[in-house]
Amino acid sequence: MTAREEILAAVRGALRDADRTEAAVPRGYRSATAPDVVELFAERVVDYRAGLTRCTTAELPGAIRAALGAARKVLVPEGFPVEIDGTAAAEAGTTAELAAFDAVVTTAALGIATTGTLVLDHGPGQGRRALSLVPDIHVCVLREDRIVPGVPQAVAALDPARPQTWISGPSATSDIELTRVEGVHGPRTLHVIVVAGPPSGRV
Amino acid sequence: MPAFPVAAREALADTQLRRNLAHATGTIRAKRAAVVGEVAEWEELRLAGAAIKDNTLRRLDEHLLTLEAALQARGATVHWARDAREACAVVAGIARDHGVDEVVKVKSMATQEIGLNEVLAEHGVTAWETDLAELIVQLGDDLPSHILVPAIHRNRAEIREIFRREMGAAGRPAPDGLTDDPAELAGAARLHLREKFLRAKMAVSGANFAVAESGTLVVVESEGNGRMCLTLPEVLVSVVGIEKVVPTWSDLDVFLQLLPRSSTGERMNPYTSAWSGVTPGDGPQEMHVVLLDNGRTRALADEVGRQALRCIRCSACLNVCPVYERTGGHAYGSVYPGPIGAILNPLLKGVGVDEQTDSLPYASSLCGACFEACPVRIDIPEVLVHLRSQVVDAHRGGAPKPEAVAMKAASWVLSDARRLGLAERGLGVANRALTRFGRRVLPGGRRALSRLPWPGSLWTDARDLPAPPRESFRSWWRKEKR
Repeated sequence: MTAREEILAAVRGALRDADRTEAAVPRGYRSATAPDVVELFAERVVDYRAGLTRCTTAELPGAIRAALGAARKVLVPEGFPVEIDGTAAAEAGTTAELAAFDAVVTTAALGIATTGTLVLDHGPGQGRRALSLVPDIHVCVLREDRIVPGVPQAVAALDPARPQTWISGPSATSDIELTRVEGVHGPRTLHVIVVAGPPSGRV
Repeated sequence: MPAFPVAAREALADTQLRRNLAHATGTIRAKRAAVVGEVAEWEELRLAGAAIKDNTLRRLDEHLLTLEAALQARGATVHWARDAREACAVVAGIARDHGVDEVVKVKSMATQEIGLNEVLAEHGVTAWETDLAELIVQLGDDLPSHILVPAIHRNRAEIREIFRREMGAAGRPAPDGLTDDPAELAGAARLHLREKFLRAKMAVSGANFAVAESGTLVVVESEGNGRMCLTLPEVLVSVVGIEKVVPTWSDLDVFLQLLPRSSTGERMNPYTSAWSGVTPGDGPQEMHVVLLDNGRTRALADEVGRQALRCIRCSACLNVCPVYERTGGHAYGSVYPGPIGAILNPLLKGVGVDEQTDSLPYASSLCGACFEACPVRIDIPEVLVHLRSQVVDAHRGGAPKPEAVAMKAASWVLSDARRLGLAERGLGVANRALTRFGRRVLPGGRRALSRLPWPGSLWTDARDLPAPPRESFRSWWRKEKR
């Protein structure tokens, strides 16, 4: 017997006398909402020691420039809706080339208010997964109407066929005496820009 | 490994270890309590988590076949492994086929369980652990002692020494003048590991969840080392225990709420990666999934013990356990320590096979704190008692143990009123004799004997023995009736 056949046979043997009817799963948690999702999201992002700017669509280019600070080489993935001065690259070829960038600017698929989480599904404006990982600064632009109250609403809105990266604050470790230290392998600085404005506007 | 009582005695004598542990478990307990308190529907989430896992386990064969088909449809190669040897051989074979002599690893309980690093080393392949705590353990040639924070037993001064002494031999050395500031230590690890991430051709991971319907694997982490391993190399091999399956993508809404709050005491962990097979132009273009049994079907066959397979490896039970807090993880002699390890090891390996495994169901005070903390409501005390009975059954025959002789004698006395009366008359004498041995008062005013001579010392070394009453009930009754 192959390993596959043997494992499946062992599973069936183990469950020979088991009742296979499905028990009901309580799902009341899915209706829980937050009163003001944008306020809560902003508060939780700051709680994670990420930078936060709130602005209008018109103020966005200035807000991005301010968030980038002294960063020189900035990566802006294809499909990012705002022109950023002095940056050209939409893609880096090799991993080593990618490591030469100081910062990356992306959009996100959605934000989760109760946890202060950004979710990237790596569509246009977000780049492939490595782009928001290797440079040391990540500036992420999220429109207010992309913020959902909680994890259940986020899971429901996302498509598992796309790769996803959920980001809550900068890279961090608590492995040394459970003291939280920001910045191990991912970006050491995360700056979130929340954009207010008409849902029809880009970004 | 020695049996738990022997290993625990050694750990208890290590005051540095006990200080490190008490600080760490105390800190994490407080953080967890605070973020769990924020969630009004926490109890319902626990019930939902337990129900989803139970439903999945009851039809595990069907879900595994769905998972296999979904993974294959999305360009992944699926392997099945009956045991550790078979799983390691699959990973080593993939490394050989690609001619690599090193792999980077995401922290994974499954690959630790199968001893993958050691087997890869035999094949000339070095496996680099990239989680900070795992790096500390690997460089220190040490063993992990906690599911979530494997180096919980080490303090910052010890970590600095390990980095200074060992980093150079494994790659980029620690910076000169490295202090024991946690931020500096993390910075040293960042530099040391970055060169490995950027050059690695192959990575090995586990998975926190495997979604059957969509063929999605999910890895939950904090440092970004997981993301590095999961996206930069060309080849990715994920070793996944067969109990990691959840049926649908939407089921994750329960577990992505339960896991971070229970494990690190955060509302959400910094990074969660989810990927379904191969995405052209993004991440590894060759993906393998090894579905691992290694005793899981044995645990599944145990009707009481089956619930242990709900475990999502959050380690909340470790952090609330009074036994773990005093002995640390090494005493359990397994990659799964603490209350969950005390049931998972005997369930995976079977009882009556070795003394060390058989000692684990007794490594508990049955206080129930682990059940209260468990986000998927595994009734660990119930399984512990169930496994104790299996251990006793497995040791029937041969020379009876002293407890068995004592219990048989007690049963003979207790089964007859006249014998009991005679025995009780002897109590007064025994009581006067026993008061000589380390009498103390327990909270609540009960008297206890804390030190009996051998063979009683076998019992009182680790426990207090409540003192017998001064007078038996029968004699009190006779007196009062008059």
